[in-house]
Amino acid sequence: MDTVRYETVDAFRDHAAALRGSDLARRRRVLVCCGTGCLAGGARGVAEAFAEHLPDNKQTELGLVVKRTGCHGFCEKGPLVVLMPRGTFYRGVKPKHVPEIVERSVVGDEVIEELLYVDPGTGKPVAGYGDIEFYAKQTRVAMRNIGLIDPANIDDYMLRGGYDALARALSTMSPEQVLQTIEAAKLRGRGGGGFDAGRKWRSCKRAGGDVRYVIANGDEGDPGAFMDRSIMEGDPHAVLEGLIIGGYALESSQGYIYVRQEYPLAVEHLQRAIEDARGRGLLGENILGSGYSFEIEISRGGGAFVCGESSALMRSVEGKVGEPRAKYIHATDKGLWDRPTVLNNVETWATVPCIVEKGPEWFTGLGTERSKGTKAFSLVGKVKNTGLVEVEMGTTLRQIIFGPGGGMLDTGERGKFKAVQTGGPSGGCVPESLLDLPVDFDTLTEVGSMMGSGGMIVMDHSTCMVDVARYFLSFLVDESCGKCVPCREGLFQMYQIVSRICEGKGTPADLDKIDDLSQAIILGSLCALGKSGPNPVLSTLQYFRHEYEAHINEKRCPAGVCKALITYSVVNDRCDGCGACLSACAVGAIMGTPKKGDTFKIDALACDRCGACVAVCKRGAIAVA
Amino acid sequence: MTQSTQTQSMTTEVDTRPAEEILGQYPADARYLISVMQDIQLRYRYLPREALERVAERLGVPLAKVYGVATFYKAFSLTPKGEKELRVCTGTACHIRGAPLILSELTKRLGIKPGETTPDMLFSIEAVNCVGACALAPVVVVNDVAHGNVSVTGVRRLIKAPRKSGGAGGGTNKTTKKQDN
Repeated sequence: MDTVRYETVDAFRDHAAALRGSDLARRRRVLVCCGTGCLAGGARGVAEAFAEHLPDNKQTELGLVVKRTGCHGFCEKGPLVVLMPRGTFYRGVKPKHVPEIVERSVVGDEVIEELLYVDPGTGKPVAGYGDIEFYAKQTRVAMRNIGLIDPANIDDYMLRGGYDALARALSTMSPEQVLQTIEAAKLRGRGGGGFDAGRKWRSCKRAGGDVRYVIANGDEGDPGAFMDRSIMEGDPHAVLEGLIIGGYALESSQGYIYVRQEYPLAVEHLQRAIEDARGRGLLGENILGSGYSFEIEISRGGGAFVCGESSALMRSVEGKVGEPRAKYIHATDKGLWDRPTVLNNVETWATVPCIVEKGPEWFTGLGTERSKGTKAFSLVGKVKNTGLVEVEMGTTLRQIIFGPGGGMLDTGERGKFKAVQTGGPSGGCVPESLLDLPVDFDTLTEVGSMMGSGGMIVMDHSTCMVDVARYFLSFLVDESCGKCVPCREGLFQMYQIVSRICEGKGTPADLDKIDDLSQAIILGSLCALGKSGPNPVLSTLQYFRHEYEAHINEKRCPAGVCKALITYSVVNDRCDGCGACLSACAVGAIMGTPKKGDTFKIDALACDRCGACVAVCKRGAIAVA
Repeated sequence: MTQSTQTQSMTTEVDTRPAEEILGQYPADARYLISVMQDIQLRYRYLPREALERVAERLGVPLAKVYGVATFYKAFSLTPKGEKELRVCTGTACHIRGAPLILSELTKRLGIKPGETTPDMLFSIEAVNCVGACALAPVVVVNDVAHGNVSVTGVRRLIKAPRKSGGAGGGTNKTTKKQDN
């Protein structure tokens, strides 16, 4: 649009003030969520329909703007459209709804009731964004702008106070003062380890030498976590601003953002943000005329989970095989290209500008004694409202799952809460009895899980915990880089043992073997992948031992998941002979002719127990025993 | 495995010009190895040996190291991938919402295992560890387009579309996302 380049901090402040006082800031906003979730639901068509029905001149005439935003977090209900400032929240919007929305709610002042979110508790539609329980119970810091701004528009970021923190740091603070601010805020790394960021920065600064690097870790590999994706896609400037401030504090001139190969949209948005920031003089040579210069380069990952580990990630940035190395050499002394390096994850960097802007006292006012601030979680699995939530540290698991999460997805006995898995493959499963634990870096570790990067997968009674343990082991066997033998071979042996239990061939002695192997793996691995690899098995064994015992002693899978221990049969009274199962079965194990009144039979020998028939049967006529 | 060897013998000669072009966009420095290989993978849908030899030569990295990187990272494949790459997410959220069923359905219907390509080079199946679209579980990503809340029947639609039109394009935006009304 424009090519304003701020030569001084004052020029930036003047332009920011002008923007915030301009007509643009006052305009009403039609926000179309174009996050990955909504795009999969057809949001592109919705955005195009808005562009067609509200061309630029009409937008000006009506005093509004249509924006394609990042992920609102409420992916379950997408595609989403939000009308601001009133906060009307429409979910499940299709292109065909757009003319009506434009006519009645944009030009007119009505609310279209059919498109509103219905509160599952009260059964009543909710008109406002802020009134929806999913949002009302959140405190957004790292995700402060996501969904409210167009990630491809730097002005949008500035309208919400973007780059103010950078301007403040460069004009009123010395690098040392910025570092002290982060130390005082007691910010801990959001990537999983929870290491004190201030301490990390301090050791890097002390390391000496004149070349230092800062890295944003966007290799969000934990299955079930997508907070960083959403931040990089929905608010890329927040990551840049944090990284630039960090670079200034550490007197570094080069930063890297390492992005997972699976996140192409994040790369695109970050690239755009880097170019825009550079164009404005917020990045590159002599930032805002302060004399400080800093560059950022994006490094794309190659699809290896272990590269989320800091030393492996740095090898990957160097273009090498991503294998971790021993930790007695700290990255803060010898990291990327053997230079002192600070690596923090995306969410941590996105939090930094807020701390600099609002002060460390504000940040320490949030959260618990040892874990300050807020934390973003991806709440997924068998919960009603799946999506992203950011809450204060110390919020209990129950408050998260039954607050913003809206409770369990399915009704009935099998739909009841069984466990919540946190911390990805390094974490564990937390049972119902511990739901009132406040979530922070330390409490979850004490009960054998960990907060990790923030994935929270809710499981009900249709989930088999032995199968979950096997699932994580197969994940880790697949992702172990192979450098340490105990991790490579030990996890594989554990996988074999747990698979045997799932097949009904386990013996009571297997459980002791698991214990022994776990100790060896924990002691003998260099990085967290191996060190915490046995956690999913150990925690399920600790809290759900009875399920292991049912598999071993009674050859029974209580959840009806483990294929070798279940059989399918047709319940004749419920079957109406529609034949859906017949076409769903890929192995031809179902016998019968589709006609009303006829019933089907399942050939137990031919059946490969894939469950396709159960999934398609609308009448619940296939029983699992 | 058999399919891929067949197709490789079918490809008589690999045109290395696109690879040269990609190499030309990067400084001749070993640190760009992964980036260069990613671009080559994208262009050829696999890493042809001939292209890797050029990469090794130009960036000054031994071919063995290039091979090491190519086999370490999941993004790379040494055998050609199908026109439609079906990446079935097997992340935790997808796992408990039915990803194993989706994967078994696809492998049975296409007659190939994860990591393989159909003989007609139309489809490849990959089982991947979380694509970060967990709220839509289970998810199948078809050439960068995510399809959420995929059902057993929805899966069949994913593998039907291009067969009818006999090749590229078409129907990628088709969604299988459930709407609750």
